[in-house]
Amino acid sequence: MKEILSGNEAIARGAFEAGVKVASAYPGTPSTEILENIIQYEGIDASWAPNEKVALEVGIGACFGGGRSLVTMKHVGINVAADPLFTLSYTGVKGGLVLVSADDPEMHSSQNEQDNRNYAKFAKVPMLEPADSQECKDFTKLAFGISEQFDTPVMLRTTTRTSHGKSIVTLEKPVTDLPLPKLTRNAAKFVMLPANARIRHPLVEERTLKLREYANSLSINRMELRNASIGIITAGISYQYVREVLPEASVLKLGMVYPLPDKLIREFAASVEKLYIVEELDPFIEEQVAAMGIEAIGKAIIPICGELTPGILRRAFNQPETVTSPVEKLPGRPPTMCPGCPHRGIFYALNQLKAYVTGDIGCYTLGFLPPLSAMDTCVCMGASIGTATGITKVLAPDEQKKIVAVIGDSTFLHSGITGLLDMVYNNAPATVVILDNRITAMTGRQENPASGFTLMGQESFQIDLPQLVKVLGVKNIRVVDPYNLAESKQALQEEMERPEPSVVITQRPCVLIKREGVYERGEAVEVDVELCTGCKACLKLGCPAIIWQAGEAKKGKVYIDAQLCTGCNVCEQVCKFSAIGVKK
Amino acid sequence: MSGSITNILLVGVGGQGTLLASEILSEALKQAGLDVKKSEIHGMSQRGGSVVSHVRFGSEVHSPIIPEGEADILLGFELLESYRYLPLLKKGGRAVVNDLKINPSVVSTGGESYPEGLVDSIRQIIPDCVVLDGLKLAIAAGNPKAANTVLVGALSKQLDIDEKYWLAAIEKMIPAKALEINIKAFYLGREVA
Repeated sequence: MKEILSGNEAIARGAFEAGVKVASAYPGTPSTEILENIIQYEGIDASWAPNEKVALEVGIGACFGGGRSLVTMKHVGINVAADPLFTLSYTGVKGGLVLVSADDPEMHSSQNEQDNRNYAKFAKVPMLEPADSQECKDFTKLAFGISEQFDTPVMLRTTTRTSHGKSIVTLEKPVTDLPLPKLTRNAAKFVMLPANARIRHPLVEERTLKLREYANSLSINRMELRNASIGIITAGISYQYVREVLPEASVLKLGMVYPLPDKLIREFAASVEKLYIVEELDPFIEEQVAAMGIEAIGKAIIPICGELTPGILRRAFNQPETVTSPVEKLPGRPPTMCPGCPHRGIFYALNQLKAYVTGDIGCYTLGFLPPLSAMDTCVCMGASIGTATGITKVLAPDEQKKIVAVIGDSTFLHSGITGLLDMVYNNAPATVVILDNRITAMTGRQENPASGFTLMGQESFQIDLPQLVKVLGVKNIRVVDPYNLAESKQALQEEMERPEPSVVITQRPCVLIKREGVYERGEAVEVDVELCTGCKACLKLGCPAIIWQAGEAKKGKVYIDAQLCTGCNVCEQVCKFSAIGVKK
Repeated sequence: MSGSITNILLVGVGGQGTLLASEILSEALKQAGLDVKKSEIHGMSQRGGSVVSHVRFGSEVHSPIIPEGEADILLGFELLESYRYLPLLKKGGRAVVNDLKINPSVVSTGGESYPEGLVDSIRQIIPDCVVLDGLKLAIAAGNPKAANTVLVGALSKQLDIDEKYWLAAIEKMIPAKALEINIKAFYLGREVA
């Protein structure tokens, strides 16, 4: 049977066909849909972990127990999971373990565009890179086989285009002949203290040599000999652009990007006149080919930043291209916080209080954009709190007061708890705002320990954030309703004044939560045109439901789109002329 | 190579159902026995940003994204977005455009104004552009949310794909309770174009 699947859907399907028992992940674009899709298949225990490190450790446990396990995350998630990854390389596996790294060249929704192929070389584990959805499925299955055959975790690297792109996939039946998981003790392999690890390291080096030899005859490393004047080594999505733009060129298509098949590369290089390497981001293949003493052109003509496109390849290879010139300057359409978003009022208040806001990763990062314009730093998951602590250490007391860290519920549980522990332990006089909207919103509403439900839809323990913060030692804890602007602003102002750590927790569910009884939409408000003076104060909220209608001589009034308005009433509290309210 | 491939660019605003429309289109093409690839960026799209979906089909498709200036047909769900992406059409490309304005945030906050006369501007570039009121037709079909299926119907007239594949795709992608309205919406769009 054939279906159109995204790369992520195909990886989930491949894991099912490979007999995976356990799947664990932390959501992150572009990886999230893998676990969201895997729950449709029987027999797989799939769960969201609080962060990527825990997700990988869950996968490691499952594989040590003898089951096949899949662990997925976005590229920057691998940074968080790197600690267990590097030692997992030494222990190897029992059941197969496949770790998906979904990279984001062009940073469509990421803070950097690190090339995680480097992790394969760094951690000394093999890496496969699919070029379409069929390969996403096939390579996932192959990766489990390689994992068990070579006693190693295997990384599967996708990029946004392969993860989110859709193409046709042939479905097959799942395997049925896997051994049943059972407990086995093998301290020499699984207990990585120095004496054991010293014995494991040479085995890792031997394994890489064996994998390199295996790669030379592996069918997914494929020579396509066409015109011999140009030869191109490529992998992943770049292969598709090469085939599009240079259909006559000879191609060495690498399915395994680490370790590289040395003999195959030499054979290919010898059979073409001019050798090129086409790869997105880092010169990962290029540097290794250069180290083999083979001359090839790569980053001299292919950009190192951003994702590739057919147009970029045309320019690189001096091919005729269709030049497109944009129409005149048009109003842009950046994403905005939704109407009724509980974060809006808080960022409005932070802007008014002239806070210096250390930000974090989530929907609330949009609080950076005008008109809210209330974010001054954003580095990585959980960084808001540590950054706030550090910045207070170099400031005078009157400046310290301005420091406010903002972090969402899911991000706080991911990696904010230890930051707050440090802030209390080392007594940094900053304010932390935990924006609790009861969901991991940015990646499309995934459950987390604060939502009280699991990925599989089961009710679970719901962590009490005020209690958690209390046991970390925070003395000043305020819980506010972010729809109540005066209360929220006052709490922020008082806690900012306080010369010791304090936490303000805002509690309101995300307006997009669909589960019954969590979010309830209010009654839409409207503008009384008699009372509206056109002062534009409400426009500073940046709510998509509030629309400016220009009138004569720079005068105008606002109206509220009743379809978009959720009745959060924040704009009503901003209007000094009582022009906004529910229709009487 | 690209001569045998047809490229369709779907553009709209987050929340309009642009991605579901491209799912229906891809499914219809697959059912018709063609190779199909589709690419889009989601993540930020549901928060009112621009949504762009590339659908390519033919005997064998490589790149999932349409090379610059090679789109054969643009299916626009909103006027400003349709106009913004017109340069991606090839010379002589066609367009089917929904006559609907959705203010971007920079316009609704009074910072910039929505360009006037976009239908005329689009027609100057694509004289035979099909312009339709998807919302009005969707309401006539029974639900304003079916505007995306109206647009799929209008697009279907531009492509040589048998009607039965479109219907099979709609049946597969749309929940049973909304099916009747969406089939009606599809035909209303198909009649206009």
